[in-house]
Order: sequence, then C-alpha cells, then structure tokens
Amino acid sequence: MSTVTIDKAGPTRQVKYGSMSRDRAWALRWSYFFLTLFAIFSLVPPIYMLITSLKSSAEISAATNPWWVFHPTLENYTGLLTSNQFLRFFWNSAWVSIIVVTITMLISVPAAFALSRMKFWGSATLATGVFLTYLIPDSLLFIPLFKMFAVIGDWTGIQLVNRWYVLLFIYPTLTVPFCTWIMIGYFASIPKELDEAAIIDGASWFQTLTRIFIPVALPGLIAATIFAFTVSWAQFLYPLVFTTSTDQLVLPVGIITTLIKGDVFNWGQIMTGALLGAAPPLIIYAFLMDYYIAGLTAGATKG
Amino acid sequence: MADVTLRKVVKRYDDVEAVRGIDLDIADHEFVVLVGPSGCGKSTTLRMIAGLEDISDGDIMIGGDVVNDVPPKDRDIAMVFQNYALYPHMTVAENMSFGLRLKHYPKAEIKARVTEAARMLDITDLIDRKPKQLSGGQRQRVAMGRAIVRNPKVFLFDEPLSNLDAKLRVQMRIEIKKVHQKVRTTTVYVTHDQVEAMTLADRVVVMNHGRIEQIGTPHELYHNPATRFVASFIGSPAMNFVPCRIEDVGGKLHARLTDRLAFPLPPSRATRYQAVPRTDKLLLGIRPEHVAEASPHAEPGIEPFDAMLDVTEPMGMETLVYFTLEGTQICGRVNPNAGAQDGGPLRMAVDLNNMHLLNEVTGAVL
Repeated sequence: MSTVTIDKAGPTRQVKYGSMSRDRAWALRWSYFFLTLFAIFSLVPPIYMLITSLKSSAEISAATNPWWVFHPTLENYTGLLTSNQFLRFFWNSAWVSIIVVTITMLISVPAAFALSRMKFWGSATLATGVFLTYLIPDSLLFIPLFKMFAVIGDWTGIQLVNRWYVLLFIYPTLTVPFCTWIMIGYFASIPKELDEAAIIDGASWFQTLTRIFIPVALPGLIAATIFAFTVSWAQFLYPLVFTTSTDQLVLPVGIITTLIKGDVFNWGQIMTGALLGAAPPLIIYAFLMDYYIAGLTAGATKG
Repeated sequence: MADVTLRKVVKRYDDVEAVRGIDLDIADHEFVVLVGPSGCGKSTTLRMIAGLEDISDGDIMIGGDVVNDVPPKDRDIAMVFQNYALYPHMTVAENMSFGLRLKHYPKAEIKARVTEAARMLDITDLIDRKPKQLSGGQRQRVAMGRAIVRNPKVFLFDEPLSNLDAKLRVQMRIEIKKVHQKVRTTTVYVTHDQVEAMTLADRVVVMNHGRIEQIGTPHELYHNPATRFVASFIGSPAMNFVPCRIEDVGGKLHARLTDRLAFPLPPSRATRYQAVPRTDKLLLGIRPEHVAEASPHAEPGIEPFDAMLDVTEPMGMETLVYFTLEGTQICGRVNPNAGAQDGGPLRMAVDLNNMHLLNEVTGAVL
C-alpha cells in the first residue's frame, strides 16, 4: 500500500511514500482502537439503561440475562409520562434551566465584553477574579449559601428555601463565571481593528457588542449557552439541599427521592426517568453540534 | 472636506514618549503621507487624529474645530486598516453601509452611495459576498469603499497595502491615487514604505523617534533632504555617504575622500560650502544614479575615478554596481552595456553637481 504509480507525461515514474504513510497508518489504527474502546466504555451505561427501562419489575428482578429483554414493555414510560409528579419535575427543570441560561447570558456576555475590551482600572484583575470564583467547589459553597438564604428568610420574611426558584439565584454562581471566562476568550480573539472600525463607523459600545461582537462570536456564545444549560439541567447537590417538597423538586433529585422508597429501588422507572431526563441536552447538542465544535476549537489558530 | 491641524501634539505611554510634539498643517483636499521606520510614532499620530488614542498634550483640529475630546464617531473621519477590519458576518454591501445604517440614512440614499462606491472601486459583482470569499486586494477595495460611502471630512489610511503582495500593492497604489483624484477628500496615509510615500503623496512627512524630520513634496525630499535620516530613508537604493573633508587646493575648494582621492567642487557647490570649517568631519552624500560609468567627454562637475567592483546586480534597464572606498561600500548605477563585471575594474564618474555635504556629528545637510 505504500507504493503508488502515477501516470505522467514521459516515462512512468514510481513514487514511493515511505515512512510518512506508514506512520499515518499506525496512527490511524491506534486512534480507531482507542476511539472504539472509549465509545464502548461510554455507551454501555446508557444502553444498559435503555434495556432495563424496557423491562417489567418482575423481569428486572428475575435471574435472566440482564443484557436481553425477553418481554419488552413500555409500562415504565407510560407510568412516568402519566405521573403528574414526574411531569412536574420535568417542568421545574426546564424552567430553571431556561431562566438560568437567560440570566447567565444577559450577565456574562456584557461582562465579558467589558472585561476584554473596555480597558478600565482593575479590569485584568477582575477577569482573573471571575475565573477564580468558578474554582470554588459547590460542595464547599452550599452550606454558607443555605445559611444566607435562611438568614434572608428570617430577616425579610421572604422564604426562598424549598422553592424551586431559589435555584435561579444559585445556579448563576456556577454558570456566570465560566461563561464569562469563555466569552472573554472569544472576544479577545476578535481583532482590535474590528471594534475600532465599528467605533469610527459611529457605533456605540452597545452597538459594537450587539451588531459586531455577538454575531462574530456566535459559536462561542452557543458553546457557553450549551454549557450553562447542561450545568443547570444536571445540577444535583444544590437542588438536593435547597428543595425538599416534591412539587418543588427538579428532575435529577426528583427521580432519586421519589423512586427510591426506603431500600426499594424502582429500577425500571429510575432508568426510564434518567433516559428521558438525558434527552433534552442530547437534542440540543445534536442541533448545535457543529457550532459547539467550532466554538471549542476557534481561536486555536489565527484565521 | 476639511483641513487638519496638529499643534505640539504629544503622546506619552507611562514614561515613554511615542510622539514628541508634532506640528503639522494639512490643507483641504491634500494627500499627506506619514512615513518612517517602525516605532517612529506615525501610526500613533494617525490614531490620535482618528480619536482612537487620547492625546497627552497639544491640540488636534479638524476643519478648524479642536477635536481633542471629541469621540471618533463625531469627528467625521473614515479609516482604512492594515488588516482590512471588515465585519466577517456581513456582506460587502452591508459592510460598506454599516456606518450609514447606524446614522439612519434613508435606504435609497444608502443604496445609491454603495452602488456608486462599488462602481468606482470595480467591486459591483462582489456586493453580495462575505469577506472570506474575497481575495486580499478585493477586501482592501471593500475597506476603501466603506470609507468612501461615508463621505467623511478626512480619510485615514493605516498601512493599507502592507498585507498585499508586491504586484497587487503597486496596482492598489494606483487605485488609491485614482480614488483620491475623484473624491478629493483630505487624506492622511501612514506607511513605512518610502516608495508608497513618494508615489502617492502631495506632501510627505518623514518621522523618526516621534519627531518630524522633514515635511515636503516628494521632489523636495529627494533632492533637498534636510537631514541624514531623510537622505538615507528616501530613495532606493539608498544614498551613499562617504567620510570626507573640505580643503583648499590651489585656491579651489576640494572634497577629499581619501589620501589619494579628492574631487574639485563645481562652482555652485563651492560657494555654498565656502564657510564650512575645514576641520569638520563631513560626509559626502551622493545618490547611486550620480555615480555612473565615466563618459568619454569631460563635463563640468563630473569627476572620473577608477573603481574595483565587488559585486554587480543587473536589473535589466540598469546595472547596480558596488565597490568599496576606504572601507565604505558605495552603490552606483551604470548602463548595462558599460561592461561592469563582478571583481572587475570600471572607470566611474561622480556627478558633484548633485552632491550633498553633511555634518557627520549632527547629521544636518549643509
């Protein structure tokens, strides 16, 4: 395979592609090997979930081959989708995520623009500070945060703990710093002359942001949006701590608290709920995949 | 349209002075080129006129109004950048009309202006394309179109041709000149390329170390440079500088280059240099075209001498020859048929009617 004959005018020449093509062949073999390995590794759990979700409780507890469905049934799906409780969790999750994404974008895009372009005293320090706040783990933050909301409740009488909308205040502490940081990187990759041209053309700072920066940095904006959505959709610790009543729960916590009764695990519905819960981010990824990948790689090279 | 005036303009970055007190009057309709080596403050000066940099001291006036604290958008200027700075998500037409749309011009007028500018720049066919579908030269045209449609008081060009290849650069240079002949807008153009400066400018401003070395028409700068910097910066190949002294030999003024080589100065130059102290260390400045092969008949002021060539560079219409005189390399331009050969001897002649005499210490042209 390393020898190719090319027909040219004049005598036929044999062109040998030596070590380059051999190296490439080996690199490809190794990439396929590891990619397959990781694909199996990451796909086995969801496949197992899908298989389990199609079984009845009796079949799950029976000592049959766990990788095969002998009596497929949709009872777990109909059970969950007709349960008001589950739909409530789903809507809570959806509302929280959508509102958090909106809040995050409204804060982090202008913040990133200001930090990357409008040079002001302390802007560089502030930019680093924004990122540092992201590094504080939520497992460390939830106790002081809980205390804060409890104290606010005591002082003002505004009860936020055990309300789904308390999450609207908490999730942005995770999403805003990271999204701001991503957008700072994006805006920094836009050449300085572009905003100077806009300013000379008569654009205000706000017009420069909305009419030049946001359209140009759209892939980054979408990457940040997906990140913010995923974080708020999948967040587990904060809703577990801050919400307890079943009508206030979001999906990840709702599934765990209502489908595990004492030491009885309703595996079929747990798996179904987890699968259904994973669907929205999956759909969003699928639609925005091209943008997302462009978003992750842009700025790596000057183009 | 307007004149532009700079009065003692200074730009300081922390403790570095990038621009050190510039005075410049640019007349209405004039095409002025700021030229100089990188770091000479020419771009900073342009950006201060644009309002993209604050000025640390002095005044800038556009059309008689002091604009020191006027934001760029209210200065009524248009700027063309080195890397084009086109908005990548907009079509050519949208790029060109962006400024007008921000100012809420009527749609019909925007269309008319864009069409007119596109026609002038020969980009009518590209009007619906995005910048990434354009070549470098086309992008540069669009950038110019964006400036033209605004019909501003002043055009500012910041090294607009530096990103283009040599052939395209020559073509776009002519294009810019044509556009200026049509629209006659006052233009300030920054470049480090002295050829661009010479070919485009009504007047050239040569800058060095944040100061203006000399202002003049291309002709003046070439034939009457004020300093050694201007003399060596303008012209290609650069002017030759040979250490020399002035001495009186038999009542006539001579320029002595070496122990064995001294040239009598022609009468016009002799009177001009009569007062130069004989002890001063001087430089004889002579452009390569005034160092040519000797002609059979003697002419006044043209002095023959023998040279041993080091290297020759045949250019086609002429041959550049290089030889060494007392450790100084000299470049001459000879006829391709003069028989110049690498390492060979050649009878040369220097045209002292076009010589310059410089003070070696101060660099001033005497």
